[in-house]
Parts: sequence; structure tokens; C-alpha cells
Amino acid sequence: MIRLNALKISYRIGGRIIGAVDGVTLTIPDGCIVGIAGESGCGKSTLMKAIYGDIQAPMYLSGGSINYGLKGLDGRPVTTDNIRKEWFRSISYVPQSSMNSLNPVTRIREQFIDFPGTDSNKKRVLERARDYIGRLGLAPDILDSYPHQLSGGMRQRVMIGLATFFQPELIIADEPTTALDVVVQKEILMLLMEVQEQMGNTVLVVSHDMGVHYQTTHKMLIMYAGRVVEYGDTDSVFADPQHPYTKMLIDSLPTIGDDSMRGVMASQSGAGGDRAYQVEPSLVEVKPNHFVAGPALDAGALA
Amino acid sequence: MTIILKTEELNKVYRSGGIVGARQIHALRDVNITVDSDKPVVIAVVGESGSGKTTLAKTLLRLEAPTSGRAIVYDNVVAGTGATQSKREFLGLVQPIFQNPFEAFSRYRPVDAYLYETARRVAGMDKTQAEAAVADALDSVGLDHGHIRGKYTAQFSGGELQRISVARALIPQPKLIIADEPVSMIDASRRMIIINLFKRLRDEAGRSFLYITHDLATAYYISDFVAVMNKGQVVEFGPARQVMSDPQHSYTRLLLDSIPTIRSRWRPRAPVAA
Amino acid sequence: MTSTFSTDPEAVVAVPVVLTTDRRGNLLWLFNIRLLIGLVILAVMGLGSFILPSFAPADPSVQATYMSNMPVSSIHLLGTNSLGQDIFWFLVFAIRNSLMLGIVVGVGVTVIANIVGLSAGYIGGRFERIVMLFVDTFITVPLLPILIILGALIRGNTSFLTVGLIIVVFGWAWDARTVRSLALSLREREFINMARFSGANTLHILFREIFPYVSAYIVVGFINVVLFAINTEATLAVIGLSKVEVPTLGSIIFWALNYNALFTGQYVWLVAPIVATITLFMGLFLTSTGFNQAFASKRGLS
Repeated sequence: MIRLNALKISYRIGGRIIGAVDGVTLTIPDGCIVGIAGESGCGKSTLMKAIYGDIQAPMYLSGGSINYGLKGLDGRPVTTDNIRKEWFRSISYVPQSSMNSLNPVTRIREQFIDFPGTDSNKKRVLERARDYIGRLGLAPDILDSYPHQLSGGMRQRVMIGLATFFQPELIIADEPTTALDVVVQKEILMLLMEVQEQMGNTVLVVSHDMGVHYQTTHKMLIMYAGRVVEYGDTDSVFADPQHPYTKMLIDSLPTIGDDSMRGVMASQSGAGGDRAYQVEPSLVEVKPNHFVAGPALDAGALA
Repeated sequence: MTIILKTEELNKVYRSGGIVGARQIHALRDVNITVDSDKPVVIAVVGESGSGKTTLAKTLLRLEAPTSGRAIVYDNVVAGTGATQSKREFLGLVQPIFQNPFEAFSRYRPVDAYLYETARRVAGMDKTQAEAAVADALDSVGLDHGHIRGKYTAQFSGGELQRISVARALIPQPKLIIADEPVSMIDASRRMIIINLFKRLRDEAGRSFLYITHDLATAYYISDFVAVMNKGQVVEFGPARQVMSDPQHSYTRLLLDSIPTIRSRWRPRAPVAA
Repeated sequence: MTSTFSTDPEAVVAVPVVLTTDRRGNLLWLFNIRLLIGLVILAVMGLGSFILPSFAPADPSVQATYMSNMPVSSIHLLGTNSLGQDIFWFLVFAIRNSLMLGIVVGVGVTVIANIVGLSAGYIGGRFERIVMLFVDTFITVPLLPILIILGALIRGNTSFLTVGLIIVVFGWAWDARTVRSLALSLREREFINMARFSGANTLHILFREIFPYVSAYIVVGFINVVLFAINTEATLAVIGLSKVEVPTLGSIIFWALNYNALFTGQYVWLVAPIVATITLFMGLFLTSTGFNQAFASKRGLS
């Protein structure tokens, strides 16, 4: 169980401090897929980087902490400082753009062999990799190819393979299907769900697409301006959204077969809307397992 | 009935590679679409990357020349053999909206410079007329000229920039506006502002749109006609409601199936370990 | 440091939020230490060499004006040389002439290279292929051997600026190639299409749309050409192939070497122009890289 305690992450840019995550307190349960929704600039990617432990200048932890509830190889509890050692072991990452993450001049198999702490018998690792890749729906000879020879969908499957090879307890997927065509997106999402079911680990999925959340996640949280505005079981959030921002996001989705006028809420919010959505950092449980944040008390102060 | 859009055996082949081992990419294959109507319409062209939809847009915008075949817009031949229009006439007939709002204008020029230019050079207006036309166009997209005047790209959001692009496209009163993925780089909640704007412009200002997108849901929402493209070919075409509710081609069905809708789940949710 | 909450921090990281309402804000971003030092050096040498000559007591290139080999004194700030010329004034005129040559060549090369490069890169097609053939031919012609041959043929019977002209003729090609590849990459950007659909013609697009994006490179390129021109002329002068009666940085060194300044102990005669040359080049180099740094950091933020 991952616990975020009043987490604040900021950026130091050109003499100014810019807050990206502004006070997030949350408990992420084990063994489920949690979606993080929100639009550009809400802080979701920064939050993921912080949980993953990829905090480097100009980004820094400006408040709060993260309890991972995990123990590292050396038996000591995992914290933000030593989480790097756990990368690809207890915690791994599926990025948005696989092309930027796979070494373009080495064959795919090298990426599997190159992990620190792998079994020193490379042949054995390779065989396990081939076998595993097969179960992800890829032909085993993928391993002998270079990244540019594969399609975007195949590469993303490889990324999922790399991320899950060591059966980590936490997988973070940051917009894993945004760059993919819709048909391939469905395949990758189904794969992700299957993998999660089999391994029983926790997956955090970041996406701006509410439909993706509906299909894949058990629980979801919506962020706005660095804070969480709503958090609950996905079914509950979609069936009965509590916060006006959530309602607006859901309203902005046209659906096939539905002829109603959409996006009315978004146009109404206009210039004043931003203020209306700002919240306090603390969440209140308004229904079982369904939390919402109260409106910001000092809305005028954040000018 | 006017021919809003008609393509006849439109083909586009790209050659890549050198003298040895060159590859041919058949971006458009025998594309035949016909749309007749009395009223302005929104025609959606949906497809994935590589389907040819962007090539179709480029061909209709004369940014690429077709390898064979021709295209007609509002009874004028715009591409292929017989395309006789001068550049000025063409620009008064067809105008584009591009995908990336942040690249739509030069960083070094105020955005309204493009609007003035369009008014003076394409619509042939003089200074006073141009001033009024620019203000009108911005007004019809919900923006105030005073707020826009003299500002640069970096001072606007994506949605605003895209609306300014629409305003610019409206100035010469084109019959057809070709929008190539106009909302894919805009936040989901703000997309509908632009999409609803297209709807309004069709109904109130009488402009037809060619809406190129990979998002079937928004295509369904505003289009009168839909063409589904795959690997350079149009696999299905017809009235939007009809195509989406009763798709004939397996690819269309596959596309519709793959949309992450919020109405029904792809697979039953596994129980969460408490 | 002010704490700001922005609802668009990712955008801020990628694009700096322009909080000022005018375009470039103030020009503070432009100046860094390197650029400042470079500009100061150039200002001093440039202004000095253009203003001071009006105060010169005599034409320094005329020989036997004074007594030869006088040491440094208050009348002759750097002493006199074996030809009876005042070294200081000769040096001042030399810097002026070298700079003038550099600027003339710089302007010539920059104008030609940009016109050729921008039009070739943007227009493309057959036009580009023909032009680039032309450009590439000029690039492959080695400048220095040509100049040496020409110099040997003409042997000082040429005007000082003819040398400059020859440098322009053989020096424009390299920059043209660079500018052309810049134009090529810009051609594909969406705002170019936007300009086309706004009714702009080719000329308009080249100057209003493309030019601002290459202006940073042009500034840096210009300074580099100035450097190159002064260098080339000095090289020729030292070998004796330029009009060595005209005071330039190279010609001082030529005369100093010819009169064996090193062996006769007239160090000032030889060292002064070398120091001046190095300082001038440092000024140009620092200015060039200073601009580069300023533009790059602005680009990096934007």
C-alpha cells in the first residue's frame, strides 16, 4: 500500500518556483489498477515521476513524503531516496513514447540482458525472455530485431514486457497508449489488464482519456491544478461524479449513439472556470470509497 | 444539388529511397467519394495513422499533386487534370485548419498579422474593410479583437490559437474548410468548444467542413457524412448515423469496437484484492 | 524568489511563460559575461580605430616621418620602427583597415549567402539543385592557394579592397550551404503553410516568415566571416601578397619580419600587432559565441 502524505513537488525555473503537485494525501491500495485522470498541467505526470522516484533538478520534493510499504533487497524499507535501486525490480515504468526509451542501436534482447542484478547466466535470461515475450503476443524473434523495425504497438508490448519481467509490485504507466492507434490501444490495454490480473500487482495508469479509465481501472483519481479533486471506485465516479470538474470531464465526451449536446459545461466554465475548480488538498469521503475535495477556501489568493 | 466534394480515382504514390531499392508508398488508392447536397455539410474522414486521410487533405489543399485522378470541390476542379483555378480563386474556395495550434503561427509575428494578410491579399479588402472583417471573424469564434491585437503565439492557449486559426480561415468566406485533426492536440474538455463551433458555423454561416480525424466519437457528433479509410482506400462511406450504427465493412466494425467508450466494458472487471 | 502557482507547469517547463505583454520582454536574456566582454573589446578597438585616426599627427604609412627605432615614450606611445614610422599610429590605422575589410567582406558574404541559401532551401526542386551545384563547386575551390596564386601574379599592384572582393567571391559558398539547410527545415513547418493560405507570395514568406528564424544564425555567421576575412588578409599580408604599404595587421607583421625585428631587439614592433590581432580575434570570438549562447538559451527556454 502506497501512502502519499501531503506531497508537494515543485520546479525551480529561472529564479521562480512553480508548484506542480500541491498537497496530495492518498492511500493507493494493492492489487488493483488505479487511473489518474486530468488535463495538461494538472500535475499527474509529475506525481508519477515522484512516485517512481525520478526526482531530479529542476524538480524537487518541496513537502510531504511517500511511504512505499515495500522492503528493498537489503531488507530496509524503501524510501524516496533509495527507490532507484528498486527500479525494474519492485517498481517499474511504462513510458508514453517507447521510441525514446529503447536503445535504437541495440537489439531488443540486449535490453533484457542488460538489467542490473539479472541472472548472470545470459542464456537462461534470454530463454526466459523469449518465453515471456511469447505470452505477451509477440513472436519470439522480436528479440533479435532493432526497435525501429517494429511497429509502435509491438514496441509498446516490449516495454510492457520489460516493465513486468521481474514481476514488480508496482507498475507506473504514463499515457501508455496515447501515441498508439485506437485498435492497437485496445490490444495493449487488454494486455495490461491481463498481466495485472495474473500478477496481482498494482498498476497506476495515467491518461487524459476518460474512456481508457472506464475500461481499465478499478479506482480512479482526478487531478486539477496539482491537487486531487475526486478519488473513488471507477464505477462510482462515473455513475455519480461529485466534483464539478469531474462532471465537466465526463460531459465533454461525445459517445456514438448519443445525440445529446456535449461540451456545454466546458464552454460555460470559460474564464472563471479555473477558479471554480480549485480545491483544498484534503479529501472527504462522501460515499463509501468515494472521496471528493472541498472547494478552495482562499481561491483569491492563488493569483 | 451542388457537388460539395467529389474525388475521381484519386491516387497518390510516394517514392522513397534512392535510385537503388526505392520503395513505393501508395498513400491514396482509387479514392472515390461523392457528396452532393443543397445545404452545407460536415464530411468526416476517419482512419488511423497511415490510412491516407492526411494525404487526402494535402491533395485537396494543393499541398501535394495527385499521381492520377482528380478532385472537385463545390463544382470546381481543384486537383488533377483540369484544375484551372488561380491561386487566389482557390484560396477563396478552400481554407485549412491544421493540427498543431502552437506551430500555426510564426513565433516572431503577432497572430493577427495573418488575419489581416488574409483579408488584404486573399479577400482583396482595403484597410478599413480588413479591420472590420478581422473583428467579425474573431467575434464569430468567440474572441475579442482587442484582446488578440498585437499578441504573439506564446501568449495564448492551444484552444485559443485554434480558434484564431478558424477565424483566419473564415475571412475569405471559403465554401469548404478542411480541418486536419484540428482538436487532437487540445485538452479533452476544450475540444468540444471547437467542435461545437464547427457545428455552429455550418448551421449559421453556411460553411462546409472536411473533418479529418482518428476520433470516431467526435466524428459521429458533428458529421453528416463519414468516410472510413484504411491503407489508402475508402472502405466505407455514407451518412454518419448510418455508418456508425450499422457498419458494413469489417474494418469499420473493428474501429468502432476499439473505442474506449464509457457505456460498456470490454471485459468484466476482475474483483479487487481488498 | 516569488512563488507562483501556475496551472500549466508542464507548459512552463517546455515554454517559458511570457509574463510580460510585449514580445521579447527586456533584452536581458541577451547578455551573458562572454558576450559582454566580447562587445567591450570590439567597442574599444572599433571605436578607437575609427575615431582616433582623425587625431593622427601624420599619415603613418609614410616612411621616414620620424627617427627610426626610437623607444617607447610619451610622444611615440609604442616607439618607432626601422622605417621611421610611429608604431602606435600605424597600429591604429591597421586595426581600422583590417576591421573595415572584415566588415565589408562580412556584409558581402552574408548578403549573398543568405539570398542564395534561403531561396534555394525554400524554393527547392530544380532551382535548388542547380544553385547547390554552383554552391558546391565554389566550396570545393580552396581559397588560400587561389589567393596566393593571384597575389603572386599581381604582387601588390592590386587595391586593398580587391583582396576583400576575392575573399567574398570564394567565401560565400560555405555559409550559403548552412543557410540553405536551415531554410529546408523551416519549409516544412506549419506556419509556412498558414502564410501561404493567407495569400503570401514566396518573397514575403522568405523575409517575413523564415528570416526571423534564421536571424540568430546570421548574426553569428556574420561575425565569423569578419574573423575569417581579417585572418585571411593578414595571412596574405604576412607572406607579402597583399598591398603591404597599406597598414593592416598583417602588413605590420610583414614589415617587422622583413626587418628582422626579432633579431634587432625591436620587440614592440612585432609583439604589438600580434597582441592587437589576438585581442581583436578574442573580441570577435567571444561576441560570436556569446550571441550563440544567448540565442541558444533563449531557444532552450522557448
